[in-house]
Amino acid sequence: MIRLEDIYKIYNTGENEVRAVDGISLTIQKGEYVAIVGQSGSGKSTLMNIIGCLDVPTAGRYLLDGDDVGALSDNKLADIRNRRLGFVFQQYNLIAKLNVLENVELPLQYGGYSARQRREKAEGALARVGLLDRLHHLPSQLSGGQQQRVSIARALVSDPSVILADEPTGALDSRTGLDVLQFLTQLNEQGNTIVLITHDSKIASMARRVVNISDGKIISDEPSAAPA
Amino acid sequence: MNIKQYFLLALKSIRTSKLRSFLTMLGIIIGVASVIVLVSIMNSFSGEMSSTFESFGAHLITVNIFGRSSNRTVSAEDLYEWVDAYPDQLRFVSPFIASPVTVKNGTKSLTTTLNGTGEDYDKIRNKEVENGRFLGYIDMERRQKVCVIGSYVATELFGADDPVGRQVRLGGDIFNVVGVLKETGGGLQGGDDDCVFIPYTLALRMFRQMSGVYYLSASDGNQVDSAAALLRSKLYQVYQSDDAYRVASMNEMLTQVNELLGMMSSILVGIAAISLLVGGIGIMNIMLVSVTERTREIGIRKSLGAKRRDIRGQFIIEAAVTSALGGTLGILLGITGAYLVGRLLGFTVVPTPTAILMAFSVSAGIGILFGYFPASKASKLNPIDALRYE
Ligand SMILES: Nc1ncnc2c1ncn2[C@@H]1O[C@H](COP(=O)(O)OP(=O)(O)OP(=O)(O)O)[C@@H](O)[C@H]1O
Ligand SMILES: [Mg+2]
Repeated sequence: MIRLEDIYKIYNTGENEVRAVDGISLTIQKGEYVAIVGQSGSGKSTLMNIIGCLDVPTAGRYLLDGDDVGALSDNKLADIRNRRLGFVFQQYNLIAKLNVLENVELPLQYGGYSARQRREKAEGALARVGLLDRLHHLPSQLSGGQQQRVSIARALVSDPSVILADEPTGALDSRTGLDVLQFLTQLNEQGNTIVLITHDSKIASMARRVVNISDGKIISDEPSAAPA
Repeated sequence: MNIKQYFLLALKSIRTSKLRSFLTMLGIIIGVASVIVLVSIMNSFSGEMSSTFESFGAHLITVNIFGRSSNRTVSAEDLYEWVDAYPDQLRFVSPFIASPVTVKNGTKSLTTTLNGTGEDYDKIRNKEVENGRFLGYIDMERRQKVCVIGSYVATELFGADDPVGRQVRLGGDIFNVVGVLKETGGGLQGGDDDCVFIPYTLALRMFRQMSGVYYLSASDGNQVDSAAALLRSKLYQVYQSDDAYRVASMNEMLTQVNELLGMMSSILVGIAAISLLVGGIGIMNIMLVSVTERTREIGIRKSLGAKRRDIRGQFIIEAAVTSALGGTLGILLGITGAYLVGRLLGFTVVPTPTAILMAFSVSAGIGILFGYFPASKASKLNPIDALRYE
């Protein structure tokens, strides 16, 4: 369903160009749990942003469910982000002045759901991450782990086919981090496709498939040594 | 997203930064309030002018004759003839002679204005008799020594007594008081009520002068202009020159005054409009700051599926709501201001609904206009650049 064909992302900062993604081809099937691992600066986030239709590659073809993403309009891309993709960011990226419920309802607002449907679905998603008792709290009133769970609920709420998580545990202590990872595993078991980005190979081993990248290139792509 | 959601979002954003929103609105508030106060004052003022002019006699035409050549003159008789000859245009005429005079009742005396007029003067100038009667035709014919006195003169000379039937001394002669006029000018010294009327025929003889002023009334409110034109052509036939006479109608004067007032109010409204413009620029400024501050929020919204038009709508409606809110506060301030200014100037200032409606739609429009640029800037942000923004 995700198919990258010879993708490049090249930044030209002055004379020295940076090849953040340097010719990557990758296919991810529905229901997979893939970890993309690499050193800092290896191009993981850049790759994820391209997969997430947040960024456009300098060259290469990207097919999502058979659609050539490069040929799609701005509005179509917004629709794809809204319906087919869910993001979990390292810094949570919740909107500070909206409460938990409103944050989770946000993708549904842009998806054109009615107020009742939004409320129902948002509560459903928050129930799955165990935060039904915090509906009207602001993000600043939650712990880091709770905020990350809110952002997972937000990623889940519109039933996307792919969940993209960029260092979801980066700002959490190891125990809460583990909770989040276990939750992702659980989601994968329920059929969600998950792409997990991390620099930590221990964390990557939670996934079923591990893609190692370095300097914008894939150096290995194999099933996880010890699936959790 | 639908309009209602944009509105809720805008209100939320305004609520979360009240002071800033208020300061943003301040330009609009002041602009709208000043438009309303100024327009209301000008409107009430011209209304006041109209009714003042009306009280002079709505159909009034004044003829001044300066030309005094021996072979060409227009006399009171000529004017009476014209009125008879053109009933479609003219109804009444009255010669008018004024002179200061001392009027006495026994030992009480006062200096007032003596007016020599015709028997229709009361109808031309909307004077009403409180008691007794006005001068009559027979008084003119016979040059009767009768007079009608203003209410100020009546109270000064007779106190609470009824002056009708009593006698006063005017200059050297004894006059019978036949009527007292209703108070019109507040009963003040030197005002409309401080005067004495006698037959013009008698006045001409007493002062040994020609009447140079005639008051006429048009047959109908719509005939004022044609009546004035008729008089001008008649007078021109006699004098063969424009300089010998002047014909002025209340209508024309009112039009002139209204033109002047209209010009003044456009200048004032123009100044107020500039302050609205400045207010609009203030809104644009703050919206641009707000877009920069909320770049990350925009990135998050885009990553969740917001389209360009969603982001644009959000910011435009926020700007429009901010300035419409400012407009509403400005309207309240303007109405209060108009009321206070009215009390200060001593006449009622009523803000007109059109001024209010105009002020409101202009302020909302300014929000949309000046919000558009920042909003469109926000909507074009690249999602990843916006997300990375610190
Ligand atoms: N906007 C940009 N302009 C120029 N260079 C960039 C830009 N974004 C990323 N890069 C460069 O691309 C390379 C890859 O960056 P990327 O953020 O993808 O790394 P990463 O693997 O996610 O690292 P980390 O683990 O630290 O998050 C880096 O060398 C970085 O300097
Ligand atoms: Mg990264």
